[in-house]
Amino acid sequence: MKGPVIHRSPMPGLGLSMGITLTMLSIVVLLPIGALLLKGANYGLAGIWETVNRERVWAALFLSFRLSLFAALLNLVFGVLLAWVLVRYRFPGRRLLDAAVDLPFALPTAVAGIALTALYAPRGFFGQLAAEIGWKIAYTQWGIFIALVFVGLPFVARTVQPVIEEIEREVEEASATLGASRLHTLRHVILPMLLPAALTGFALALARAVGEYGSVIFIAGNIPLVTEIAPLLIIIQLEEFNYDAAAAIGIAMLLISFAMLLAINLIQVWSRRRIGYV
Amino acid sequence: MSDASLAKPVRFRAATEESPATRWALITVAFAGLAILVFAPLIAVFVEALADGVAASLKSLASPDARDAIRLTLTIAAISVPLNAIFGIAAAWFITKFDFRGKAFLITLIDLPFSVSPVVAGLCIVLMFGANSAIGGWLVAQGYPIVFAMPGIILATMFVTFPFVARELIPVMIEQGRAEEEAALTLGASGWRTFWTVTLPNIRWALLYGVLLCNARAMGEFGAVAVVSGKIRGETATMPTTIEMLYQEYLSVAAFSLAAVLALLALVTLLLKTALEIRHADQLAATHRH
Repeated sequence: MKGPVIHRSPMPGLGLSMGITLTMLSIVVLLPIGALLLKGANYGLAGIWETVNRERVWAALFLSFRLSLFAALLNLVFGVLLAWVLVRYRFPGRRLLDAAVDLPFALPTAVAGIALTALYAPRGFFGQLAAEIGWKIAYTQWGIFIALVFVGLPFVARTVQPVIEEIEREVEEASATLGASRLHTLRHVILPMLLPAALTGFALALARAVGEYGSVIFIAGNIPLVTEIAPLLIIIQLEEFNYDAAAAIGIAMLLISFAMLLAINLIQVWSRRRIGYV
Repeated sequence: MSDASLAKPVRFRAATEESPATRWALITVAFAGLAILVFAPLIAVFVEALADGVAASLKSLASPDARDAIRLTLTIAAISVPLNAIFGIAAAWFITKFDFRGKAFLITLIDLPFSVSPVVAGLCIVLMFGANSAIGGWLVAQGYPIVFAMPGIILATMFVTFPFVARELIPVMIEQGRAEEEAALTLGASGWRTFWTVTLPNIRWALLYGVLLCNARAMGEFGAVAVVSGKIRGETATMPTTIEMLYQEYLSVAAFSLAAVLALLALVTLLLKTALEIRHADQLAATHRH
């Protein structure tokens, strides 16, 4: 059933709104991304592979992805807990807690970066505490991990919160009436309902963490092969005017992001089919 | 049976609640987690900024570097946020008032910047408009450099904040439908009049909400701007990139004082956002599922 591309409508402003939308989208987003892909095409798959297939690049990509995964997993657990506490319980300071969840979205990444470094550096507040048990956080992979947990904090909580709000108590009552313990109800009735939203939030947090730069570079120490993240490698290549190598790493990261975007969409399609909504 | 056992109050817990102990344990974990992750860094910014006293902090904010950075960041936001608001309104109008093929794909494209690393976004702008590219080279020859100049920073800022307004408006306008606009048009109102007097009042809070978030991100963007700006002092160094430069020169008080200004902006943003959510929840997409 092939209809016209654009259906006739009595609404005014078709040309204007379509023109603004497509022109700005092209100039700001599509053409620049196209330029990156074109650069990659000219460089060739072999060239991209040669650039990416170096110990330092692999180490950076692996580090970025691995720590992002761990940070997103922690956020998955803590985010569901936060969402539950914020929706289901009434306690003094709830509004404050609710607003604080959004701070990582609102606080500029460079500010978060230097603040976390000040806290976790050997002479910082948390850094001193950790040093007493011989634990070094800033300028190690632990520091990167903490920065990534910070930037990914709001995603799971914010995607799960509206779902918990819409759970009907009757479902839990039915489960309790049938003799299920509270834990059993949470585990077998509530959790499956939260899962799609939680996974969407998890994927969003992961995608954000993999590309994160500002909050990480200050606390990372940026030692090649050890604490050097993938986005920093791009900056280093650009500062050496090595545009081909920068583009190659950029394309590798873009592909990872697209794969995760696809995963998010698949989760949403799957959950829509399973429970009728996202 | 004595009367005392009957009088003894028995409190039942609803079967759909956790025990009080569990409840308070979870609340404590939530508070502790946010205290370590969110409140501690926020407090650290102000403690470090005021390490040498208020006067030293204010003095560093009055330095030419800081003043130039603040001016540039305000200018960038003043240009890129309205442009993104215009885009958001146009895109939301196009997507919600008309039926066309490929709508879902268009929405995906608009959301794309959220899943691209800011550094990659900056790289894309450099490759598209840098002096080495066809367009960039021609523009430099005409005397309009994009990269390492203000237009590049504006483009990079617009890239990373691109979806904010559209993404807030689209669900709200879908929910409101087209009936009110159709009524206005039937009664003879022009397209613009319909927009100004019917659509805009309906979406104003959602629009403000989107603009608020867009502005916070625009003023604080670091990764994308660091790539395209060249960080030339007094010319292309924004507040976040100046914070980095000061920090790396071990000018801790100056770096954190500038950071404190941005942190205050973030707090004001959160305050306004929460106020909007409380007072106009029914007109915002963020408080609904979409």
